Amino acid sequence: MRMLTLTEAKLLIREPLALFWGLAFPMVLLAVMGLSSSDIDGLPLVAVYEPIVIAFIAVTFGLQGLPVQVASYREGRILRRLATTPAGPVRVIGAQLIVSLTVVLLATAGVLAVGRLGFAVPLPRQAVGFAVVAVLAATAMLALGMLIAAVAPTARSAGAAGTVLFFPLMYFAGLWTPRLSPTARHVGEFTPLGAATQALRDSMAGAWPHPLPLAVLGACTLACSVAAARLFRWE
Amino acid sequence: MTAIEVERLRKQYGAKVAVDDVSFTVAEGEIFGLLGRNGAGKSTTVDCLAGLRAPDRGRIRVAGLDPRRDQHELRHLLGVQLQESALPYKLTVAEAMRLYASFYRNPADIAGLLDMLDLTEKRNTRYRKLSGGQKQRLSIALALIGRPRIAILDELTTGLDPVARRDTWALIDDIRKQGVTIMLVTHFMTEAERLCDRVAILQAGRVAAIGTPAELARPTLEDTFVALTAGRH
Repeated sequence: MRMLTLTEAKLLIREPLALFWGLAFPMVLLAVMGLSSSDIDGLPLVAVYEPIVIAFIAVTFGLQGLPVQVASYREGRILRRLATTPAGPVRVIGAQLIVSLTVVLLATAGVLAVGRLGFAVPLPRQAVGFAVVAVLAATAMLALGMLIAAVAPTARSAGAAGTVLFFPLMYFAGLWTPRLSPTARHVGEFTPLGAATQALRDSMAGAWPHPLPLAVLGACTLACSVAAARLFRWE
Repeated sequence: MTAIEVERLRKQYGAKVAVDDVSFTVAEGEIFGLLGRNGAGKSTTVDCLAGLRAPDRGRIRVAGLDPRRDQHELRHLLGVQLQESALPYKLTVAEAMRLYASFYRNPADIAGLLDMLDLTEKRNTRYRKLSGGQKQRLSIALALIGRPRIAILDELTTGLDPVARRDTWALIDDIRKQGVTIMLVTHFMTEAERLCDRVAILQAGRVAAIGTPAELARPTLEDTFVALTAGRH
């Protein structure tokens, strides 16, 4: 398992484009926001965008990276080949999940560092609550990504499904309009990334996240994992 | 001792019967050829032997184990080279070998295996950059890395040039000398004649003939094959 995880990590490092979009781009995006002097409801733009960018990281690795990778392993018969070895095909997917989760958390830490060092955005005051939400948001997106990987017949279709889902999910996270209308905001609380951004924002301000967003993220993780495990096509 | 026993194997997908009433045995140390046209049921038989699919009926023993029930143990004893080799493009030869070696209790020596398969110079080359023959040899190496007692090699030399094909044949002889039982899935009659102790010809999911290549040569193995399998699919 250790060897599989190391190998998957090495393979990810060899994908400069994926690393750029997942690791560097969020930091650049945040920095661009930091150069703006405008604010929303008294908060500087960069502080408003920090949780949104963190949601963006989760969606990039969860919905674009992971499903394409897993589907291409099935398409390339790598899962089938592994099924004839004592390792079996399940572990390579486990290795992918471990690597993806690690990179999401690293990128999240990187964004916090850029915000803090570059633009004096305070680190989350409710650090434990923030960490819980960040991990839950990542697992929710990875689980949704696994559900896509489970049913998508090819890597291409997995990529397409991830992109289609990206837009509504990130809309409710506030990527395009950080200040959503009250209705959109209310609907957004029931979407994983709307819930995640809200809970991240609360914990950054020092409050323990509300139960609703935690429940939404937990339910998304659980429902998608169960569905993915049931529907997964090995070939 | 018997390495592989297949008794009245049957497998169907929906209404299509892929394999019907197939029986054969492979003795330890033997090179056994499974011949047949595309769609004759070779791959389904291999899948059942490797435990990748459950048979609908019949009994299979590989190294005395039931491929489904004793799946985990069997994976240590059986090396499989599937039709299309399957590795991530950006993995190097040595990385693939180390990764696969980590799956087994008592893996073979990587350097020795690379040497035997003439891949030592390519050990730091990524999979994508390998030639067809090199990919094929790597896939054989990965099938042997766990020191299997039995190896199933599917479409071993498809896509290889004549020289690479001869080299691969010599390699199979070497592997046999180490006591590995080999099941060779092929539709090249010359390959079967050159390497196999015995062959079974599958036609439309059934065993049409079984015996040594010499017994089945009427007058050549290929003539027999064509007579048994031409026309009807």
